[in-house]
Amino acid sequence: MPGSDPPGHPGRTIVVAFIVRRVIAAVLMLAVVSMATFAIFFLIPRALGQTPEGMASRYVGRDATPEAIQGAVKRLHLDDPLIVQYGRFAKGIVAGEDYSLGPKKAECPAPCFGFSFNNNQPVWPTLVDRLPATLSLALGAAVLWLVTGVSIGVVSALKRGSVLDRAAMTVALAGVSLPIYFTGLVSLSVFAYTLGIFPGGGSYTPITENPVMWFQALVLPWITLAFLYAALYARLTRAGMLETMGEDYIRTARAKGLKESTVVTKHALRATLTPILTIFGLDLGLLLGGAVLTESTFSIQGVGKLVIDAIRGNDLPVVLGVTLFAAFFIVLANLIVDILYAVVDPRVRLS
Amino acid sequence: MEAKPEAVLEGAGGKAIEGRSLGRIAWMRLKRDKAAIIGAFVVLFLTLVAIFAERPFGGLIALFGDSPNIPNNDLIDPLTSAPIGAWGGISLEHPFGLEPVNGRDLFARILSGAQISLLVAFLATLLSVVVGSLMGVLAGFFGGWVDTVISRLMDVFLAFPLLLFAIAIVGALPDRALGLSGNGLRIAVIVFIIGFFSWPYIARIVRGQTLSLREREFVDAARSLGAGNGYIIFREMLPNLVAPILVYATLLIPTNILFEAALSFLGVGVNEPQASWGGMLTRAVDYYQIAPHFMIVPGLAIFITVMAFNLLGDGLRDALDPRAR
Repeated sequence: MPGSDPPGHPGRTIVVAFIVRRVIAAVLMLAVVSMATFAIFFLIPRALGQTPEGMASRYVGRDATPEAIQGAVKRLHLDDPLIVQYGRFAKGIVAGEDYSLGPKKAECPAPCFGFSFNNNQPVWPTLVDRLPATLSLALGAAVLWLVTGVSIGVVSALKRGSVLDRAAMTVALAGVSLPIYFTGLVSLSVFAYTLGIFPGGGSYTPITENPVMWFQALVLPWITLAFLYAALYARLTRAGMLETMGEDYIRTARAKGLKESTVVTKHALRATLTPILTIFGLDLGLLLGGAVLTESTFSIQGVGKLVIDAIRGNDLPVVLGVTLFAAFFIVLANLIVDILYAVVDPRVRLS
Repeated sequence: MEAKPEAVLEGAGGKAIEGRSLGRIAWMRLKRDKAAIIGAFVVLFLTLVAIFAERPFGGLIALFGDSPNIPNNDLIDPLTSAPIGAWGGISLEHPFGLEPVNGRDLFARILSGAQISLLVAFLATLLSVVVGSLMGVLAGFFGGWVDTVISRLMDVFLAFPLLLFAIAIVGALPDRALGLSGNGLRIAVIVFIIGFFSWPYIARIVRGQTLSLREREFVDAARSLGAGNGYIIFREMLPNLVAPILVYATLLIPTNILFEAALSFLGVGVNEPQASWGGMLTRAVDYYQIAPHFMIVPGLAIFITVMAFNLLGDGLRDALDPRAR
């Protein structure tokens, strides 16, 4: 409410204005990102000499006849100018789009993220169908890595140079140097195959079907994924914490006689965590758009696995649809982090 | 512009006053960092191995008399498809063992894969350093609308799901282009994608450094002597930006190695029969129960290489970071 805030407390109006500004910026960003995705997706192959026919063969699968490919070029309007193709695609997301399948017409209701000609289905329902698996994997791992990574980083920074710090940082360096599919394979080989403690790959069950099996099947993927990110976050937190602890205001806080625990939690940790949360938002957004490597290592039927299967089956509309969907998640995650910032940190919304 | 040497009195023993430039200080710090030195030696070793893998005289690959793409069917147990002998057929002729099913020599394949891995990582890093430094300097130096446009562009690039994007582009490629085909084309495109999408990481650092350098006295001094923007950027600012660029380039190489390996693991990197570390791990997925060495050998190759670059990069950063002095 303009004017209704007491003087000196312009809080709410400014926060609302900030949120509105950020939402508009995010919508613009979505438009730009979708345009750029579409352009690069079609322009790079075209610049490299890919013909509409060659593109069409990526749409209808490997075994299509030349007639079917010619038909696909016509039906998909692949010989139209790119801007027209984008317009049609963007309209599909907002209002839906009809695709002609030979004599029949197939409906692709909004939000239409494309239409897969391999299994004659719109991409969106498949995406929605795959999302719970990716959500389960990403959110579970995120909680795990945020808690362990940040606490290890803080302890390491506070006990700088100790055996604990050195051990933790060595493990963390190894953690960021190991490819996730390698740690995943080793953990499958040891814990699933040799010791038989956890179920092997491909045993993901939806939580609605069997919560116990859902949990058991996700333990190894969670730990594998969280190990990589926890290592990263421990390094980031330690570096940030060391920098903050050297600041003047920490010395001031100590000088005025605050307890060390108060100095650490109330002053140092707060400043350290802000940049970490930004990165967390980005990382989580990225994973929600498909944890491609983890999902393919553990054969979890999530969004990321969908892309890989689509590439192997030459099902390009699915790949394009998921890429856009993932980009949307990243923009959304950024927006949420920005808004949370504005609520927590008054400096952000004033700048 | 090198910073002014800093006079340091070495004790009271009357030793000569020694000037210590920033570079000297950094080098002394780096020498003390054992982990970084080990990393540097491993990086040097791996680079030499990759350079001399195929030449001269058949190169290091032929050290044990085998080649990366020739099967050794006689060394495979026809019942299990696993290599005959303990530890995946590790022997004097095959120091890293053999691949299950076709018995290709893993030593030769790891070396062949090292070439791909390092080539892609170096070229992609070079590309992003060139683009990133240029964009960063322009944004930081000129500010205003130039900065706004470049910063927004960086936001857009960072909002791309890079891995998905790379998968999508490789998937939509024609079979031949630019006079290249097959793996040559694949490598060119992968270098382009990785390099072109990771420039914002370098640009951010360079922009920040340029912003603070712009306000320094030596820039004012150069300008008052009549130097133009081009001279100031290339002769006055760039030498001061070499250190941060070097650090972040070193730290970008391992990321790019992991990226190439991930693409190969997902089947959108280089194609068989050319060996790649990621591609070997894909095949290992099916055989980790009968031939665990087949997963461990390429996995360790990636791990050691990436770790070495990370150790070196961390060491360089600690040595060159003026805040830690």
